[in-house]
Amino acid sequence: MRHIISILMENEAGALSRVAGLFSARGYNIESLCVAPTHDATLSRMTLVTHGDDQIIEQIIKQLNKLIDVVKVQDMVDAPHIERELMLIKVQAVETSREEVYRLAEIFRGQIIDVSESSYTIQMIGPGHKLDAFLAALGSIPVVEIVRSGALGIARGPRGMAVPEA
Amino acid sequence: MRVELSGGQILVECLKAEGVEAVFGYPGGAVLHIYDALFQQETVKHVLVRHEQGAVHMADGYARATGKPGVVLVTSGPGATNAVTGIATAYMDSIPMVVITGQVPTHLIGNDAFQEVDNVGITRPCVKHNFLVKNVNELAQTMKKAFYIATTGRPGPVVVDIPKDVVDPSVLVPFTYPETVALRSYHPTVKGHTGQIRKAIDLIVNAERPMVYTGGGVVLGRAAEQLTQFVRLLNYPITNTLMGLGAYPASDRQFLGMLGMHGTYEANMAMHHCDVLIAIGARFDDRVTGNLAKFCPTAKIIHVDIDPASISKNVIVDVPIVGSVKSVLEDMLPLIADAGGAKQPEALAAWWKQIEQWRAMRCLDFKTNGEIIKPQYVVQKLWEITQGDAYVTSDVGQHQMWAAQYYGFDKPNRWINSGGLGTMGFGLPAALGVKYAYPDEEVVCVTGEGSIQMCIQELSTALQYHLPVKVVSLNNRYLGMVRQWQEFFYSGRYAMSYMEALPDFVKLAESYGHVGMRIEKASDVEGALREAFALKDRLVFMDFQTDPTENVFPMVPAGAGLNEMILV
Repeated sequence: MRHIISILMENEAGALSRVAGLFSARGYNIESLCVAPTHDATLSRMTLVTHGDDQIIEQIIKQLNKLIDVVKVQDMVDAPHIERELMLIKVQAVETSREEVYRLAEIFRGQIIDVSESSYTIQMIGPGHKLDAFLAALGSIPVVEIVRSGALGIARGPRGMAVPEA
Repeated sequence: MRVELSGGQILVECLKAEGVEAVFGYPGGAVLHIYDALFQQETVKHVLVRHEQGAVHMADGYARATGKPGVVLVTSGPGATNAVTGIATAYMDSIPMVVITGQVPTHLIGNDAFQEVDNVGITRPCVKHNFLVKNVNELAQTMKKAFYIATTGRPGPVVVDIPKDVVDPSVLVPFTYPETVALRSYHPTVKGHTGQIRKAIDLIVNAERPMVYTGGGVVLGRAAEQLTQFVRLLNYPITNTLMGLGAYPASDRQFLGMLGMHGTYEANMAMHHCDVLIAIGARFDDRVTGNLAKFCPTAKIIHVDIDPASISKNVIVDVPIVGSVKSVLEDMLPLIADAGGAKQPEALAAWWKQIEQWRAMRCLDFKTNGEIIKPQYVVQKLWEITQGDAYVTSDVGQHQMWAAQYYGFDKPNRWINSGGLGTMGFGLPAALGVKYAYPDEEVVCVTGEGSIQMCIQELSTALQYHLPVKVVSLNNRYLGMVRQWQEFFYSGRYAMSYMEALPDFVKLAESYGHVGMRIEKASDVEGALREAFALKDRLVFMDFQTDPTENVFPMVPAGAGLNEMILV
């Protein structure tokens, strides 16, 4: 099953490689990994998408918690949450396909953020499956380039993920 | 008054503040400032090894025997990479250790400078944590954290990588050693959950065919006394893992011997047939469980461990308890007494009857053969002559298993071997580390002619620091465990398991300034051992020419269940 794991960790050099190293050393898969600072400059927030059965996910969470730099780990899938991913996609847009790409981007609520005589670059935000659906809808229209951020996740409701009380 | 010190001096002051008696190390360019600071004081001693791997194993032996963290100091580049095997060895067995590695000056990091290697990167997968100190003002705090992390929770090695400019003697900064350390991301659980403990007690006292299975966690957690009380209070059978030997007295009736691949028949059969398995400070390693699909098929499992990640990793358990084994056992003892002890006396009596039948197989008996020296016999005699009270280190292979099987350890911290990583070359330096800690105790390294050659250069360190350990080499002219597997599973194709061109170990020991003995006949074994141990002040290297075809039994072949042993 697909899991979105959020990790708060010390904003220290090498923290990312500890997580990446853990996954490769123990043979866990990473579908996507996204990391950036937070409003607290001492912390980084990482969102990691992985697949595994319950036992593997339990081990992943325990092993992540075991890393000294990791402050908190949460499996977003345990509770109602929102998932978003940013995709930038450059598509060939010539003659008839120019109109078709424009229309599809509208339908999927994408924004055209760059235009050339033979291409459109579209920005699209949504859960991963929506982005996948857009790609499927493009059908035979040639894609020049795709950049995806990987998923971000946040829990619904008033509570935030914070440093646990000592 | 605020004191101003250089980074090198600060490091030494930190070691003093942590009560470090000795550092095991080897100098080099990047750590010259630190060595200069060490040289100018006398509180913290330094043991100069002959190879950095030896330094880490010595610190490791010291830590395993004393329970105090071992401390290592090596230079950058090859100094650090040579230390990696030792660090990984300590990591696999959860040994508290602080390893200080030199690094090129900060402005050269990433420049492929002379003797530069990414120490933090290389050691990351085999340390509990590591640090690169980039500013002298962070040095004291980092050292405090390093010792704290290494020695608390599930212990482990911590590497502190220190660039040369950080310990520059011309840069003086204010120094105070922090009294406390706070890490918001690190809070090991010590106290077990009360509800879980109650659940466990209910299973424990109502068990009909109970089995207690304990590992290195009991030794590391200094809980042997509590474990012994627990087991005696219940009159339950107990087995120890390779790492856990000595946590329960081997000479006691309730002890069934070691379990696992080379465990006893009675221990493995009791594991297989028990209805409640009480696992304490053990991690269900593959050498212990055999085939997981066939492991303890009828048991409810209770697992006490300080590391939550060890629980339900290999075997899903019914009652997990996260906490230090000592604290949890202390909580359990009065609850068992309140419950009136074990509640199934008839079932328990029948269970013991069954166990005694398994024990009557006498699976560790071996055939003697005239004057051919049987390795098991050497270990038995060693036990007799040292009255079972020596510190015994080992290397890795057949001799390690024979030492574990035939030297009955009645006390914890006496049996010191590389269980997790299986590092050949561990035994001699580890023995020197133990002897350094306990100069008045008998310290023996049981080894083989293969393993001993992997760190034999430390015979020189032994002379320099007067560490008169005894080396018992079971020399069968084979890499015995490899040969055994090739005999059983590769139709006797002995690929590279034969040791040609062995040195004359007697002369070799003598050239290092020690005493060498070669023993070729079974009738000479006891006399040679007595003679060696009478030489209190000398390192004696005993080269026992043992039966080259002897195998370790019982054996659970890879992929088999614990009840599927090869007995002879």
